[in-house]
Amino acid sequence: MSIKYLDITGVGIEFDTNGKKYRALQNVNLKLDKGEFVSLIGHSGCGKSTVLNIVAGLHQATEGGVALEGKEVLDPGPDRAVVFQNHSLMPWLSVYDNVALAVDQVFRKTKSRAERRQWIEHNLQLVNMEHAMDKLPGEISGGMQQRVGIARCLAMEPKVLLLDEPFGALDALTRAQLQDSLMSIQTALGNTVIMITHDVDEAVLLSDRIVMMTNGPAATIGDILEVNLPRPRDRLELAEDAGFVHLRQQVLEFLYAKHDKHESQAVQSVADSCAQLSAIPGPEKSVLSSSGTQAA
Amino acid sequence: MTDTAVTLPSQQRFAQMAAFLRPSQWVPLLLVPCLGIIVFILFWQFSASRIETSLGQFPGPVQVWEQLQNLGAEHFRERDKEVAFYQRQEKRNAEKLSADPQAAVKLRNYTGKPTFIDQIFTSLVTVAAGFVLANMIAIPLGVLCGLSTGVYKAFNPIIQIFKPVSPLAWLPLVTMVVSATYSVEDPLFQKAFLNSAITVALCCLWPTLINTTVGVASIDKDLVNVSRVMALSPLVHVRKIVLPAAIPMIFTGLRLSLATGWMVLIAAEMLAQNPGLGKFVWDEFQNGSSNSLGRIMVAVLVIGVIGFMLDKMMLTLQKRVSWDKQAVLR
Ligand SMILES: Nc1ncnc2c1ncn2[C@@H]1O[C@H](COP(=O)(O)OP(=O)(O)OP(=O)(O)O)[C@@H](O)[C@H]1O
Ligand SMILES: [Mg+2]
Repeated sequence: MSIKYLDITGVGIEFDTNGKKYRALQNVNLKLDKGEFVSLIGHSGCGKSTVLNIVAGLHQATEGGVALEGKEVLDPGPDRAVVFQNHSLMPWLSVYDNVALAVDQVFRKTKSRAERRQWIEHNLQLVNMEHAMDKLPGEISGGMQQRVGIARCLAMEPKVLLLDEPFGALDALTRAQLQDSLMSIQTALGNTVIMITHDVDEAVLLSDRIVMMTNGPAATIGDILEVNLPRPRDRLELAEDAGFVHLRQQVLEFLYAKHDKHESQAVQSVADSCAQLSAIPGPEKSVLSSSGTQAA
Repeated sequence: MTDTAVTLPSQQRFAQMAAFLRPSQWVPLLLVPCLGIIVFILFWQFSASRIETSLGQFPGPVQVWEQLQNLGAEHFRERDKEVAFYQRQEKRNAEKLSADPQAAVKLRNYTGKPTFIDQIFTSLVTVAAGFVLANMIAIPLGVLCGLSTGVYKAFNPIIQIFKPVSPLAWLPLVTMVVSATYSVEDPLFQKAFLNSAITVALCCLWPTLINTTVGVASIDKDLVNVSRVMALSPLVHVRKIVLPAAIPMIFTGLRLSLATGWMVLIAAEMLAQNPGLGKFVWDEFQNGSSNSLGRIMVAVLVIGVIGFMLDKMMLTLQKRVSWDKQAVLR
């Protein structure tokens, strides 16, 4: 087995809240190549953010560990930049200063003042935010804030970019725009990315692989789906694409049929009793189609 | 097109300002507070005329106004005397020197009785010193307590025990310690000043300390995580993230602290006979002339007005420093 770029091995974590132990993750194994885009998908509360925080170094795994380029991850650091769910910009710093805070920290020794200034502006241009450099985060929209958050992370030139539901709080149109810009930035820069998402379309559109997590407690990786769609991808063309639709179907199936253990058992028993009476559509299929339309 | 877009907002603002200058705009704004004050003065006049004390009738608004003018006049008389004193001294010395260039000339300081206005300044300087001293300790310590649970747990019992202690309990201790330890030849500060300032500081400390601790401890966890991801050094972390985030709470603490300090100061000056407004009140009380109550009432009002102005000053400062210009500050 070759050493991978990012190596998550046998990671488990147990939280201790007031003496009550809660095992959130158990034996999570994932290996990423350089430049790979991986999505984490799973039900709310299963432990996706926890996985991401362990990779970031913000949480310490109880057992197992994470290695980046063969070096164990012990602390948080700018080589593993995180975009948090709610942008997390410093409200008292202007857009420019928010990015500058990160850039000055990372490139203090390697870039001159003028170079850093140029680098900050360049990264803001990447996300089309150079026009609002002097505004405070409170004065720009949610989508713009999220873009600045992404620019801040890109500006650190991280080895791995960690995105925790980066577009979760945005409307569909803004989300689509940001997905497209993220896709083109990632293609251009070749970042290694782990992204958490609740959105099945987003996962299929952006990822090379989709990692599907089982429900907690003791959540782990249930299944990994390779997305072999050719790049560059176009959302309009893909919407009709048979491959895309099939992949999407598979993720939905995992999320709504295989992995809602209790629900699927209940559906199964009802279906069994129904099947004795007459021939009706299979339970899996009915569940799938109803949830499929909801998600779409 | 662009021209109108540029001029419009400033024109609007100008129109707003112009509208505010019209009486119909500001008269209703001032009407209710004025009404309140008028009712209060009437009530005061009414009840004052009914209260007979051993020092005469309780002073009404009119007597207090007279005493206020007297106190002002006394101040300027005293100043004139002082100027005259120095002029005399200078003249004397000049004469001596012209008669005999080797003559030893003496320079004496004028030692008149401090006036009401002098006492106000003494009190203000003292409270400022105590306040600054307290907060130079309280803010850094509060930041430490907020950042580290360990430090907080270590200091919490001490904070909880000393917080409710009345300043007057500290005063004898402070006085004794200061007179025992502070004995330099030519003191920069007077002992009385130090006693008052330290007593004020001991009481100013707690509101800022507690509010800073809470403010720092309740910083958004995501922001702290961002800082950790960027691997900011502790100093940059405090400067760029902790302090701005805690500014509103720190200012809440500072305002409480200044208000406490001002109250404590008057009591300390009264009890310890340290110069300041408190001593003025006490001296007038001991003096017991027919004007005393009126003069004390002037002091009471002045203390109140100064306390109010100190708070307004802090509020203005907070507005200057605060990054959140939308926040409603009162
Ligand atoms: N610091 C913590 N202390 C105790 N329990 C925690 C802590 N962080 C997370 N957990 C628990 O671990 C589980 C996983 O949480 P996590 O935030 O990773 O879920 P998630 O998959 O990101 O959910 P969502 O999609 O809603 O964001 C939850 O049950 C949560 O209660
Ligand atoms: Mg989460």
